[in-house]
Amino acid sequence: MSILVIAEHDNSSLKQATLNVVAAAKAIGGDIDVLVAGENCGAVAEAAAKAEGVNKVLVADNAAYGHFLGENLGELVAEVGKGYSHVLAAAGTTGKDFMPRVAALLDVAQVSDIIRVESDDTFVRPIYAGNAIATVKSSDSIKVITVRPTAFDPVAAEGGSASVEQLDVVKDAGLSAFVSEEKAESDRPDLASAGIVISGGRGMQNGDNFKMLESVADLLGAAVGASRAAVDAGFVPNDMQVGQTGKIVAPQLYVAVGISGAIQHLAGMSDSKVIVAINKDEEAPIFQVADYGLVADLFEAVPQLEEELKKVL
Amino acid sequence: MKVLVAVKRVIDYNVKVRVKPDNTGVDLANVKMAMNPFCEIAVEEAVRLKEKGVASEIVVVSIGPKAAQEQIRTALALGADRGIHVETDEEVQSLEAAKLLKAVVEKEEPKLVILGKQSIDSDNNQTGQMLAALTGMGQGTFASEVVVEGDKVNVTREVDGGLMTVSLNLPAVVTTDLRLNEPRYASLPNIMKAKKKPLDNMSPADLGVDVAPRLSTLKVEAPAARQAGVKVADVAELVDKLKNEAKVI
Repeated sequence: MSILVIAEHDNSSLKQATLNVVAAAKAIGGDIDVLVAGENCGAVAEAAAKAEGVNKVLVADNAAYGHFLGENLGELVAEVGKGYSHVLAAAGTTGKDFMPRVAALLDVAQVSDIIRVESDDTFVRPIYAGNAIATVKSSDSIKVITVRPTAFDPVAAEGGSASVEQLDVVKDAGLSAFVSEEKAESDRPDLASAGIVISGGRGMQNGDNFKMLESVADLLGAAVGASRAAVDAGFVPNDMQVGQTGKIVAPQLYVAVGISGAIQHLAGMSDSKVIVAINKDEEAPIFQVADYGLVADLFEAVPQLEEELKKVL
Repeated sequence: MKVLVAVKRVIDYNVKVRVKPDNTGVDLANVKMAMNPFCEIAVEEAVRLKEKGVASEIVVVSIGPKAAQEQIRTALALGADRGIHVETDEEVQSLEAAKLLKAVVEKEEPKLVILGKQSIDSDNNQTGQMLAALTGMGQGTFASEVVVEGDKVNVTREVDGGLMTVSLNLPAVVTTDLRLNEPRYASLPNIMKAKKKPLDNMSPADLGVDVAPRLSTLKVEAPAARQAGVKVADVAELVDKLKNEAKVI
């Protein structure tokens, strides 16, 4: 078996998600090649070559791939991927964008967002936002798979010595062009990949009160999220929403503040390693999933939390 | 400009999902069904494009059992002009859905196809991209803004860590994310009017597509249930437990 892993990167550095995906590839078993497609991405290729367990790094360095446009990456990866039994990428917004194109061009099904490898053709993935876990078997000759990075412990970033090979394949579909980019201004980590998330719900009462959570988040290096109720009430923008119709998170620590724990919120965070709930209603369903529950008025507890954390961090 | 919108009938997002005791799937008997939330956003966007005078006709298509007509009627009540129902009782997977939609695209020749980014049942996030690849169209996935200008569409996309805007040649495929718009509710008069709007019925065979699935589901299980933990007395105890017991801070 031979596995092609598509590197996730920003043209200057390799993202850790790639190491998680290589770990998933190791669980499948076989030779692992990594494809680095980008523009002026030599440093990324060097980093990928050092990753544990990588056999060969293929580099497609061209302006056509500079902004990771799905149309161009789709054609490239379908072309390169033909020679492999498995093609894997992280289930981030880039992988989710181009991988289904790869599958369609190869006329195979895609297995999305796997969280476990059972065998070389059988994989486990959450459906219904994690309310059910499906084991699916692919009968296609090439398995096109996206991997949920948080579900696999990353391979070591150092220690490998893969060969690096430049590819001479330029695929510009001519269908799309990059216009502009707006990176989130926040210094806080991205919600979907943060190690710690602190979220507020309807109990926050207004958007201004989220500043209390932001102060705690900054102490912890955490991302700030919200329940759908808080978004619907207009406290915070929709991109902060954790839940079935928002972002699915699985951090090491999830702190739910003033969140009752509606099904649709639980669906987005119940894979977190440790869950803390702070709510004044001791009957709130969130306490049924929380490892540590504190029945308290959040307007007293959150400032206290900030003070206590300052003492120990 | 003709806009094609694809909608899917799924379990209502407020319903508690239960896995069947025999682990063959999720129990959908007597469960409230509704239009997939991301598809509602797709319909709303098409209706807004029509209200702005950009879209001239909105065709809504759904693939699924007879009852999927309800979701098509809902879309018609929200402002779509006519419906196409590709009726099948089979489980249609993403690649096969994309092939069916490709056949509909070839018949209808829309300038823009809008779909939800994923359905909240299978959570695949594939069909729009696959349709775009099969039809040779560009794709604006996870859209939070869609602006049609001449023969191009600018799509602002919700990507990890921010926003990215791409320009696509028309015809193109757009898949919706949550922030694109807030869907309206259908008014009673419009619900009544929708009953009279045209709705074509066809089968996958009529479209020449084999919908046999490529992936087989071996089992479906409930996720490992979390045990409720302990209540702590105060913030100091909480921080102590997080640091010394859970070791997460």
